[in-house]
Amino acid sequence: MSIYYIYQDQKRCIGCYACEVHCKTKNSLAVGPRFCRIIQVGPKQVQDIPRLSFIFMPCFHCEKPWCVSACPTGAMQKRTKDGIVFIDASLCVGCKSCITACPWGVPQWDKSSGKAIKCDYCKDRIDKGLKPACVTKCTAHALRWISTEEASELKRKRRALEIAEG
Amino acid sequence: MCGMCAVRCPIRVETEKDVVAWIEGNPFVPGIEGALCAKGSAGISFEYDDERPQYPMIRDGARGSGQWRKAAWDEALEYISNKLNSIRERYGSKSIALADRGGPFTDLTKSFLKAIGSPNYFDHDDSCAKNVNMACQSLFGYGRGEVGYDFSNAKYIVLFGRNIFESLQVKEVNNVLDGMEKGAKLIYVDVRATVTASKSDKFLTIRPGTDYAMLLALAHVIVKERLFDAEYVASYISGMEELEAFVSQYTPEWAEKETGVPAHEIYAVAREAAAAKPNVIFHGGWMLSRYIDSFYASRMLYILNALLGSVESKGGLILAKGPKDAGMKGLRSLGADMPDVGDRIVDSLMENKSLGTGHMVNLYKAIRTGEPYPVKAFIAYRFDPVAAFPDPDEQKKVLDNLELLVAIDVNFSETAWYADIILPEATYLERSNIIATQKGPKPGFIMRRQSVKPRYDSKPAWEIFTLLAERMGAGRYFPYKSIEEIWNYQLGPTGVKAADFDVKGFVSLVKDPIMMPRDDVKFKTESGKIELLSPKLHKAGFTSFAPYATPRKPAEGCFRLVFGRTAVHAHAQSQNNPYLNEIISENTLWLNSGEAIKLGIKDGDKVEICADGYTGIIKAHVTPFIHPEAVFMLHGFGNEIPLKTRSFGKGLRDTKFQKGSLETVDPVGGGVAYLECMVSVKKT
Repeated sequence: MSIYYIYQDQKRCIGCYACEVHCKTKNSLAVGPRFCRIIQVGPKQVQDIPRLSFIFMPCFHCEKPWCVSACPTGAMQKRTKDGIVFIDASLCVGCKSCITACPWGVPQWDKSSGKAIKCDYCKDRIDKGLKPACVTKCTAHALRWISTEEASELKRKRRALEIAEG
Repeated sequence: MCGMCAVRCPIRVETEKDVVAWIEGNPFVPGIEGALCAKGSAGISFEYDDERPQYPMIRDGARGSGQWRKAAWDEALEYISNKLNSIRERYGSKSIALADRGGPFTDLTKSFLKAIGSPNYFDHDDSCAKNVNMACQSLFGYGRGEVGYDFSNAKYIVLFGRNIFESLQVKEVNNVLDGMEKGAKLIYVDVRATVTASKSDKFLTIRPGTDYAMLLALAHVIVKERLFDAEYVASYISGMEELEAFVSQYTPEWAEKETGVPAHEIYAVAREAAAAKPNVIFHGGWMLSRYIDSFYASRMLYILNALLGSVESKGGLILAKGPKDAGMKGLRSLGADMPDVGDRIVDSLMENKSLGTGHMVNLYKAIRTGEPYPVKAFIAYRFDPVAAFPDPDEQKKVLDNLELLVAIDVNFSETAWYADIILPEATYLERSNIIATQKGPKPGFIMRRQSVKPRYDSKPAWEIFTLLAERMGAGRYFPYKSIEEIWNYQLGPTGVKAADFDVKGFVSLVKDPIMMPRDDVKFKTESGKIELLSPKLHKAGFTSFAPYATPRKPAEGCFRLVFGRTAVHAHAQSQNNPYLNEIISENTLWLNSGEAIKLGIKDGDKVEICADGYTGIIKAHVTPFIHPEAVFMLHGFGNEIPLKTRSFGKGLRDTKFQKGSLETVDPVGGGVAYLECMVSVKKT
């Protein structure tokens, strides 16, 4: 897994789909492929409130990415320095093995080039010390660019607060 | 400043070789800090979309026929000024009207009208917040735009149909979420479960059209149980005894029968809100052009704040401060040195009218009847009444009385499509605007500056109105050759320089928010107090306390047609945007599950909606989370302009079903009563 993690604060997320558009504009994507998705689940009645869940689905940049193993040309790669999984477009032959392999439906198909494309955590921005587009511009500051350790700490603190306040 | 919707959030734009490469929320603005909504980000796909007006277009067929010829700017301006001058000769300058969507830049349009001698400036507010604005003024003497909300410090927030997380302003969303993180409770009352309902601590489904009943009952409990802020009430409120007498009949038990909201919930909200006083917000309403009693509903929302002492309190409602309150001079109006207009705005002379003037509905009336005097030319500037107001077909009939209909817009709006001429305005990324004042706890000025050159043959508004003024013999009042000249003129008395905007895009006039001392709050009413008994209302022939009247119940198989917003689209203007259309391309009809069973309709079925002979087919979204008397659709779909290929013919337009409702308004506030429309629904 990459050393980074996008933490989605469910309490702040309002399911506004801005992250999808931030991503599409940053990556100049055609209509069709989406590197990240907000999937709405619900509403489900929870204690008299019709609760909606908005599940953020970017690439998880797995430790052992199915897509990298499946790629026959070496186009799909994992960056050594930080584990970001990305595609070298010049090597992609459009065989769609990665699309078949990924259990989460992450790699997308780009009709115009006939190649697979995917979320690379906006690595050009990361290399400049910035954050991915989806995080930088999240409407409600619900997405956070933090390490897994920080995410764990954050969740524990929040849970502790909930327990303390009953 | 963003231009994708009328909120105009502050943005920062990066360009590469005169191409917009990146848009983000202004990082210097607290509560924004980079944040931008989907519409804002889709500004790039709007900019690089070809399906927008690219050059001036003059009608070359019947109105609405879609037959156009391309014109050069000179020809287009000549065409307009010749017609306007001819109309002016025959009917006077007052027969020329202009309407826009209000907002921070109206000094330009108002000054243009002043320069050509017309009093007839209108805005979109009859279709939006007019009732709220009037209600707010009748109590505080401040307009609703001058009464902000301190959500991040509130402890108890009550929203009646204010779908704050979908009909969104970025900063406001963050302030509410910050408040909730700090423990604020969010109470949401609506006819359907929105995203806001989903995020709330308490969601109460209410029968459509009965908000006022529940509000009366809340006031009843607060008064009867003496839960109000006695000191605040004694200092700042006039008419308390009359209020007490008036609300005594409206018990929660009575309201339960009207609203369907259990009486114990009404008691709970009243008591919990009172326990949190004064850090309480009852939102006064946003788009509250809904029912014929929305003015009084909004007024009661504001009264509840007043009773709990939350007006001009931290965590409550904050009165706006301007440059004067910061000890500074304001911007100089472009019209400052122009002679006053002698004629009066057309609706000031109308009988039996609602409060105030400048009602778009009244402009339509004047165009239709020629009374009290004829209005023969109408300029719709970045404003689309045909899409926004009820019954587009009826509107078009009225507009046929005009000798000239001009649309100035960045979009092919429904109004533009029916116009005689379309002038393409440069987009918000391609133009600079006049400097705007930002009123609020921290008053200041804000600048929209051009990011890239216009892609097409379009012009910024300041230039369009300058050129028109010139051609109408008013050039001496609009002597500007560049936006910089205008900025310098505006900033003249303030001591602020145009360069001061370079880094942040705005200039704050104070470091810390300005609050009036708790023991010395001044209201802009006659008495200086919050006037529950309003002389202003009485003078206009209205009562301060209107008795509740129960709304009509829809017949079997019929429903009240409710509409609303999603976070993804702005009114009727964004449905064709490639990226936004990708997310939501078509609307559906929300229908209550129980009603659906009676009608034999299943989720996803195609259903036929009908009102007064107008029918449309739409997919049903069957859900238990809408009141059985209501059906709901998103506003803004059902585009009829073929040039907008992605959204053409997709979904239905709510306003088409509001047959004959163009002049159905709240009689006091003047806001259109859109939700008085009933439709029948059946399976196809």
